[in-house]
Amino acid sequence: MASLIELRQVFFQECEEQLEDLTDGLTALEGSEDFSNLDPEIINRMFRAVHSVKGGAASFSLDAITQFAHAYESILDELRSGKLTLNQKIINTFFTSADYLTDLVSLGAENVEPIAAELESKIKDLSALSGSMKFGAGVSEEDDCIAAFTPLALSGEMQFPPVEDVNGSVFEIYFKPTLDLYANGHEPVQIFRELSTLGVLEVQCKFDRDFKWDQAEPAIEWHLVLSTNQSESEILEIFEFSEPYAKIEISSKVADITVSAPIESVSKHPASTPTMEKPNAAPDPAGEVHSAEPSAIRSAISAAPKATVRVDLDLVDELINLVGELVITQSVMTQSITEQDGIGGRQLSTTLEDFKSLTRTIQEGVMAIRAQSVKPLFQRMARIVRETAQIAGKEVRFATEGEDTEVDRTVIERLVDPLTHILRNAVDHGLEDAALRSQAGKDRIGTVTLSAAHRSGRVVIEVIDDGGGVQREKVLSSAIEKGLVPQTAQLSDSDIDRLLFLPGFSTAASVTNLSGRGVGMDVVNSEIRRLGGRVAIISHPGSGTTISISLPLTLAVLDGMVVDVADETMVVPISAIVETIRPDTSQIHQIGPAARMIAVREKMVPIIELGAVFGCAPIKNHTNDGILVIVEDDKGEHFALAVDKIRDQRQVVIKSLESNYGHVPFVAAATILGDGQIALIVDLDEITHQVSVDQSRSIQSIEAIA
Amino acid sequence: MKIEDDSSNSEKFELITFSIGSQDFCMDIILVREIRGWTNVTMLPHAPKDVLGVMNLRGAVVPIVDLSARLGLGVCESKERDVIIITLIEKKIVGFLVTAVSDIIELSQTDIQPMPQMGGKKENQFVKGIYISDNKTLRVLDIASLAASMTTAQESV
Repeated sequence: MASLIELRQVFFQECEEQLEDLTDGLTALEGSEDFSNLDPEIINRMFRAVHSVKGGAASFSLDAITQFAHAYESILDELRSGKLTLNQKIINTFFTSADYLTDLVSLGAENVEPIAAELESKIKDLSALSGSMKFGAGVSEEDDCIAAFTPLALSGEMQFPPVEDVNGSVFEIYFKPTLDLYANGHEPVQIFRELSTLGVLEVQCKFDRDFKWDQAEPAIEWHLVLSTNQSESEILEIFEFSEPYAKIEISSKVADITVSAPIESVSKHPASTPTMEKPNAAPDPAGEVHSAEPSAIRSAISAAPKATVRVDLDLVDELINLVGELVITQSVMTQSITEQDGIGGRQLSTTLEDFKSLTRTIQEGVMAIRAQSVKPLFQRMARIVRETAQIAGKEVRFATEGEDTEVDRTVIERLVDPLTHILRNAVDHGLEDAALRSQAGKDRIGTVTLSAAHRSGRVVIEVIDDGGGVQREKVLSSAIEKGLVPQTAQLSDSDIDRLLFLPGFSTAASVTNLSGRGVGMDVVNSEIRRLGGRVAIISHPGSGTTISISLPLTLAVLDGMVVDVADETMVVPISAIVETIRPDTSQIHQIGPAARMIAVREKMVPIIELGAVFGCAPIKNHTNDGILVIVEDDKGEHFALAVDKIRDQRQVVIKSLESNYGHVPFVAAATILGDGQIALIVDLDEITHQVSVDQSRSIQSIEAIA
Repeated sequence: MKIEDDSSNSEKFELITFSIGSQDFCMDIILVREIRGWTNVTMLPHAPKDVLGVMNLRGAVVPIVDLSARLGLGVCESKERDVIIITLIEKKIVGFLVTAVSDIIELSQTDIQPMPQMGGKKENQFVKGIYISDNKTLRVLDIASLAASMTTAQESV
């Protein structure tokens, strides 16, 4: 039983890949210029994907999936055989059906039965596309099962849609073996015996009378007549192994029709040219759904993607953890050896250096394992865009760039919600109505582009729409109305754009299903910040908006500056640090009883006593020995953190505090230093945010929110 | 050893006995991962005063709780000679600072008497029951609920 469960898991894993293939194909179809001249390989690939899902689902008795995939497959086959011409409507239905199939698969993975009515209507949507009234094998099959569309009505046996004739059909099989058949240990009699299990078999042997005795090729060929109620694919299955070594022709004639209609001729040339012929998946004369299937499966094998290994994610995470420890242990070791100098001497330090670079390499390698391409994420987002566009009643073209960009798995997972928000906004608010667009002289169909790229050690993900841009007057008046900005505020354009990220902000006149509840963009902002990233918005009135997210490559390591604060060692993320200064007393200005500011390049920067933030030190006199670390928050505001000493600048492995303890205010995470001690990583955003809130309360300054 | 006991008499279970100052306690050994000496901890800002900080346990960041302060017996003074009982409670690793670990005893549920009502004092809030041996009175600590209360305590900070 256990192995069955495992197989089931493998099936669902594979489903994901197949569904990805399907979506790939759909995207390719959508992008193709000329619908009448399609690359047949695209449709073949889609067909194979759906078919594999169907086959697998059938063997696990996942009837809903089987049924739906079958309907899908039938339409794809019509497309493939040229019975159906592709148009935009079909593509749209294909997309929604692919989405539904994804839903079905995830329901199946959780052992949940889908809503029968929905399944039925989705299947109908698909069948409605069918060009011919006689809907391939699909309809006849559904007719056969009296309770069509009832998920339980189909059994797992329908792995291949059979030419099921209730009265049974007669197949004529021509079988001519080559020498290799015998050389490979196949025995025709065995094959015939197996065939006879399917029905009534009549065997006729034909012997070549002009046969030369020194001829190496076998001189015997067979004509078989099989009356069976099994499908042709069952027969083909029997010939599966001997097929490369023999010439096999199968033709079927329905029992009461005398003229035989060839359904398939899988012909393989003898072993002299074994690699040459590959059954082409081109439409066969009869155009039956099932006939091309075996060949489709074979070419699927040949078109296998690059080799990958499936690994349990927990294992990878465990490995990453261990490598993290290795790095820590290595630095502990280095530190303790350098402390007791004199022992070992130069050779030891060389070895240590080698060891160090090795651990680094291992760490990088392991991190790379964890990295994943953003493609699945983008595909998921494509669905969001489609659905949003449908609800908003807009036509949207969705484009992606840099799908192969690799990002840490955790980052990808946590990007789903923010990206969903951003894309919904882009479609709902960003793009104008078709009427407005054509008025402005733009393409009626709006474009939303999602792109990913590596840029200087970070990943930049951008959502670009070619809509109307941020309506700044509306945004500003709405913000003033809501009391988020003082009435007298003088804001630059980019300041106004950033207002979109304020909590509680919304310009939508009415709350729609999609957006306008004033939650969203601020959630996006905070979620991205939690990932160590930043969000920026660039808008050009009339030509569109770009929302750009910049993220660290991984969440597992961080470049940090190790500082001393009131006898405690802390780490400040280097990405936020602008500069460090040893201030002159004249630069520091006392404002009010507690607040102090420093003039850095003619700009007043508030000073934050890091020790006071952590409530662990009496406020020190900073006139002489303090060091200020100038940091920049996600809004571009500068803050000066007062620390006692800067110790080091290094890469640290991030350790979660939450897993064993919980959230600590103003602390993002912990790390382990070279001496084995734990140091806390400062959560700059939380600190600066806190200061901003305090300031806006006291000064009501516009800078606090800008 | 333990497995045998489990099969012969499922009622029996093992407890680890330890002392805080001069008072004796015990707790279910199932939860105990290891016992180790005192190492320096890193202070956690804005933490309740019984949370001493976090320590590095082979790469894991483990919070250390002063059990004496947690139970309301006053803050533990000398730490150098004290020991830390590392426990695994609901997938969280938590260390408890105690004065000394003395023994492992085997008890059945019937050996443990319910705690007499002595008012809702903090120190008895987490005591499941009491066991009286020849010369000692051991209080059985409900360490899981103690650890759970730690989470709520720190959320309210």
